[in-house]
Amino acid sequence: MAKRVFSVKPTSILGGAVASLILFLVLGTLGAVIWRADDIAGLSTYDWAAVRFTVFQAFLSALLSVTLAIPVARALARRRFWGRGALITLLGAPFILPVIVAVLGLISVFGRSGIVNEFLSVFGIDPVSIFGLRGVLIAHVFFNLPLATRLLLQGWLSVPSERFRLAASLNFDARAMFMRVEMPMLRDVIPGAFMLIFLICTTSFAVALTLGGGPKATTIELAIYQAFRLDFNLGKAALLAIIQFGISAAAAGLAYWVSAPSGIGAGLDRNVKRFDRSARWIDATVIAAASLFLILPLTMILLRGLPMILSLPTAVWLSALRSVWVALMSTGLAVFAGLSLALWIVRAQRIGAGIIEGIGYLTIAASPLVMGTGLYLILFPFVNPFDVALLVTAVVNAAMALPFLLRGLVPALRDAELHFGRLADSLGMQGWARVRYLLIPRARRALGFGAGLAAALSMGDLGVIALFSDGSAQTLPLQLYALMSAYRMEQAAAAALVLVALSLLLFWIFDRGGRTDA
Amino acid sequence: MLRLDGLKVTQGTFELVADVAFERGRCTALIGPSGAGKSTALAAIAGFVPLTRGRIIWCDEDLSDLAPGERGMSMLFQDGNVFPHLTVFQNVALGLSPQLRLDADMKRRVHAALERVGLAGMGGRKPSALSGGQIARVALARSLAQACPIMVLDEPFAALGPALKIEMLSLVQEVAVDTNATVLMVSHDPDDAKRIADNCALVADGVVSAPVPKSEFFDNPPPALRAYLGT
Repeated sequence: MAKRVFSVKPTSILGGAVASLILFLVLGTLGAVIWRADDIAGLSTYDWAAVRFTVFQAFLSALLSVTLAIPVARALARRRFWGRGALITLLGAPFILPVIVAVLGLISVFGRSGIVNEFLSVFGIDPVSIFGLRGVLIAHVFFNLPLATRLLLQGWLSVPSERFRLAASLNFDARAMFMRVEMPMLRDVIPGAFMLIFLICTTSFAVALTLGGGPKATTIELAIYQAFRLDFNLGKAALLAIIQFGISAAAAGLAYWVSAPSGIGAGLDRNVKRFDRSARWIDATVIAAASLFLILPLTMILLRGLPMILSLPTAVWLSALRSVWVALMSTGLAVFAGLSLALWIVRAQRIGAGIIEGIGYLTIAASPLVMGTGLYLILFPFVNPFDVALLVTAVVNAAMALPFLLRGLVPALRDAELHFGRLADSLGMQGWARVRYLLIPRARRALGFGAGLAAALSMGDLGVIALFSDGSAQTLPLQLYALMSAYRMEQAAAAALVLVALSLLLFWIFDRGGRTDA
Repeated sequence: MLRLDGLKVTQGTFELVADVAFERGRCTALIGPSGAGKSTALAAIAGFVPLTRGRIIWCDEDLSDLAPGERGMSMLFQDGNVFPHLTVFQNVALGLSPQLRLDADMKRRVHAALERVGLAGMGGRKPSALSGGQIARVALARSLAQACPIMVLDEPFAALGPALKIEMLSLVQEVAVDTNATVLMVSHDPDDAKRIADNCALVADGVVSAPVPKSEFFDNPPPALRAYLGT
């Protein structure tokens, strides 16, 4: 029998260590919360309302996002127009846009003194509030409509052009085209897109913190934060954490079962030649409305923030510096962990690889607030948790970014082994030589893109840091939240501008680094 | 002598058996219809496919349990013979040190090999800046630098035009003579074999037949070969 052709040991040790750390971060922290809870009493009606609201708003968010995405994706799939490529790129942007920035932008459009209400008041209509369920839904649709559109667009572009040609030769009208060609495709794509968005929305924290709250609009994540931060009721936090984990895990399981499509990184610039004629104005209106919905909030921030940017207080710049540091630390950790796991996954046997990959994706279902609470309890006896707030934030952010790294890395490494594995074997390239001269170079693009995502996500994260911060070591998103809470909206807009610029810059630098010389 | 001693390879429902020996310092071409097992035979010899039974013996040394990189064979695959992300120099140098730790003598050998195949001064380029023929030369330069006792060729020049292929085959011949290598090659094209092989072995229906001198092979082809050649 031929031997295994490369030494497995160092990758298994490293990968095993990372996998254990992930298991600890996801399950160990949950255990710590349960362990330290003195008495786990039942949940109050307030808490049950949070549970119901979490599922309800996630369901509605997914439903709205997917439903609205259908006409947008269809319009993008069948029209060619100036700026189409730019618009599709823009659809990827909300993914790396800090939640708090989007919320601020949405408030300036839909808020009490925002454009929409100003417009309504012209007709004597009372202002509509953005807070509560409505605001949560608007924010979730803002983030997930682009994602849903990209996913559905992929579906549209996956329909072979021969089918459209055949439909044309059979003289299908727009309705027949929809029923016979597009509908069957949507039936395949929609369940995955819906579940993915539902899953994302179940762990919503920053949106609920800023736009929700109160008995009618509190998510479980927000309730955990309140139980910990306001009441220090660990029993309740633990119970909520378990419920949150259950809901997310069930949603993740369902999403996996209906095989959620991948929404990032694929080429969507193809344009299918269509022969059916349908009303142009519908598509034009849909595209214009969607673009406006996405661009307007950010434009508002730009317009309001730009004049203030140089007069921002030093504290804001200091927190920006701190955030960059956290983001870089988090990116380093995520890349290291992602690479270690991916190398192990690629070399493991079938079932083993599946299990390890499953562990790597576990953080999709995990709640960063639970991780934060657990880490607080574990660290509390040894150090002042506030002193390590930034480190903990970086670690949790890295864990949350891991699935996105694995998503790109594992296929890239598999591809490298498939195409160049035998050549490397025949040259005796094993261990570090193989990693350095074959695997990392072939995974450069995926690594750069994943690192960019990790950096941007960490840069804009408003989650764990809210649990830990004592007000001194604030990150930029938290600083921004403080400015908003103090109604210093002009300064908030300027800080948001800085935050968004830094997030995009970090993403660009890493992504760019993966592309050069490849 | 490279001996395949009672060899059997199983891949799904496909089985390949071989009980043959290849002469040392000679070039043997494996010829036969597609799907007959030519590439599987090479993959087994090179160590990429586990043996169900039997042994591979090179000059009294049992290679059966060695990793591909330990068998003293240089490989030229159908495609993917160079790493696109490394320079020409690095691609050749990997044949001498998988860790790319090169002493002065090794560096000299890499440059000499590049010069020998007509790529002098191109060491700093990436494969994307080379033509198909030049990429084949990079792979040959590596074989030359490796100077392994056995060269294994799995139709590496199938994608090249006829004139370029002839050029490459004669370069293979020169490299083999320079390094005194035993060559095993697979080809679809009988002309390739006629050009550079000393001996030919028929591979048909999962059986590797004993190699015979090329003139005898083509003058008096076995029935399975006759069917394949269409004569």
